[in-house]
Amino acid sequence: MTAPSLTREEITTRLAAVGYIADREIAIALQLMDMLGRPLLLEGEAGVGKTEVAKALAAVHGTTLIRLQCYEGLDQSSALYEWNYQAQLLAIRAREGQAAGPVASERDIFSERFLLERPLLAAIRRKDRPVLLIDEVDRADEEFEAFLLELLSDFQVSIPELGTITAASIPRVVLTSNNTRELSDALRRRCLYHYVDFPDVSRETNIIRARVPGISAALAVQIANMVESVRKQDLRKAPGVAETLDWAAALVGLDVKNLHDDPQAVFDTLRCLLKTQEDKSRLPREVAERLLGKIA
Amino acid sequence: MCCVALSAEDSALVGDAVLARLTAFVHVLRDNAFAIGLKETEDAAQVLGSGLGARIWPLRDALKILFCARRSDWLKFDEIFDAHWFGRGMTSIYKVSGNAVRANAPTRKMLSGDDNQTQQPGALGEQVQSGEDDDRPPPSDQLGRMEGASRAENLAETDFRKLADPDAIREAHALAERLARKMRTRLSRRERARNKGRRIDLRTTIRRNISHGGELIDLVWRQRKRKPLRLVLLLDASGSMTMYTSVFVRFMHGVLDHFHESEAFLFHTRLVHVSAAMREKDVGRALDRMSLLAQGVGGGTRIGESLATFNRWHAKTVIHSRTCVMIISDGYDTGEPGEMDAAMRDLSRRCRRIVWLNPMIGWEGYEPSARGMAAALPHIDLFAAAHNLASLAALEPYLARL
Repeated sequence: MTAPSLTREEITTRLAAVGYIADREIAIALQLMDMLGRPLLLEGEAGVGKTEVAKALAAVHGTTLIRLQCYEGLDQSSALYEWNYQAQLLAIRAREGQAAGPVASERDIFSERFLLERPLLAAIRRKDRPVLLIDEVDRADEEFEAFLLELLSDFQVSIPELGTITAASIPRVVLTSNNTRELSDALRRRCLYHYVDFPDVSRETNIIRARVPGISAALAVQIANMVESVRKQDLRKAPGVAETLDWAAALVGLDVKNLHDDPQAVFDTLRCLLKTQEDKSRLPREVAERLLGKIA
Repeated sequence: MCCVALSAEDSALVGDAVLARLTAFVHVLRDNAFAIGLKETEDAAQVLGSGLGARIWPLRDALKILFCARRSDWLKFDEIFDAHWFGRGMTSIYKVSGNAVRANAPTRKMLSGDDNQTQQPGALGEQVQSGEDDDRPPPSDQLGRMEGASRAENLAETDFRKLADPDAIREAHALAERLARKMRTRLSRRERARNKGRRIDLRTTIRRNISHGGELIDLVWRQRKRKPLRLVLLLDASGSMTMYTSVFVRFMHGVLDHFHESEAFLFHTRLVHVSAAMREKDVGRALDRMSLLAQGVGGGTRIGESLATFNRWHAKTVIHSRTCVMIISDGYDTGEPGEMDAAMRDLSRRCRRIVWLNPMIGWEGYEPSARGMAAALPHIDLFAAAHNLASLAALEPYLARL
């Protein structure tokens, strides 16, 4: 709440400037993050661009993005801090036989010099208010989630040998979840929430145009429409935005100007969208051609 | 009734009337199972006072982002917001899953005006506040209806509270507890480091004690991972099942109470996740919360679609490698058999066992000839009768083997 918060329109334009096409709700969510100083929890299917939000946010504010990828068994020593034991042992060896007293050398051994910052500690020690991305928080254990909860409310860490470290600035925190495990109510309540859905056709067109250089507007519209209709099919894994961009890049690379000109190329490159054998068999050539026929 | 402590500064920014409406809105949301604390309400007041409060659509989005905590909240928020702030009618607080085929969808004004006291009987808020006045006439749930599957949603709510017969509940709980005890908690071959256990985890111990200069001070132990059997219950609460629903609802409450890991869903024309409501220790409250969630109970059946919804949105979270899915339904489905087949195939691929309990099996000369049932049969591991608690108890040996 310290920095003057940007208005929604400013956020949208700045996001667009860094290549992220925001919808109305995401812009408001980012505005509220600044206004209320709460973390933002993003949920949604894989590939809808949850992680991109954090990257774009960092670019907008011109700060660093610090990323913590969660996994089962993630513990404090790989998320928060650890002592550099090897360096400590070397330092002790090097000092053997020297005159410095044990107290002085102990204070030296447990000093900044030997502290290894992990993402969470790095985030709260930065002065420039970084964006902290806690990715796939549902993969971490419940104990870690509880610890995270404490950190996110106090923004301070106590290191027994060094004392308590209070945040130099409150980082902007973005959490993402793929819903493999139900998150605790406490964590959910503390966060702002946004359910990220697949973009609609016009937004996806804009995303393609912003991200794929040299693509024509007409082709971008066609691709967005085609992807939209592919998503409506009964697939195991609906193609995400990243897949759309891959496909657009592939078509541009093959010098396709209009999807209707070269159905063969379209069908051959559909593998950019469909990542499993099963999905490929669910979208045989006839179906793909029928979908293609429907788009303008 | 006002439980929002707002600072003077907040009230100065926003008028008292608006604050009162906001408070009422928060109450409505809480009644709809939104977890909203004081801090959230304070923040909402701050949002109202800021530039976002000036126009209604940005405000709706902002409050949505602030108050929602999960996808189900996210989906129903707009409807509740519109109903509260504009008094728009709505049939139900829940979105119908998939393509909504509503045979009769009379609009009911539910959360009209700025005060949720003024509601018609049978409407949403009334259910919640009705904890005290037990002498009101029970709602009629015996609408003239043909047995079997129908597409219609029953808008009169079934009163689950009348199921709260203490003896029956005790019996159901005892059964569920017996079952839970019989389930073997399998020890998996994987181990993980713990603070106590049988064997010392040397590798982790040495690693952790490097900070003590290699002296082994903190010991780390290894223990085998426990993986209890998880039971996921999917209960058909459609019209054709009315006679049996009561028994199984009690059983469900017992299961959620006693099993380490269990989840419960109700389905009729749509699927509702009721675990949170059923975990309420107090039976009366649990049933209250559930009847609120289960609007539309006793109407038609769309099993295939409900199962597809389950596969799509819940299976990933609630199913793991040692999960038994128990479907309790008579198999009368108004959807396409193909849909049922696909949904069941998906489900059988995901979980360890599918048990389908069909109350009709107990009937003489019953053949699983309903189209939906026939489509589901190939994917079922155990197809058994269940028309009372005794038949559930007969499942013990089977479940104990899993």
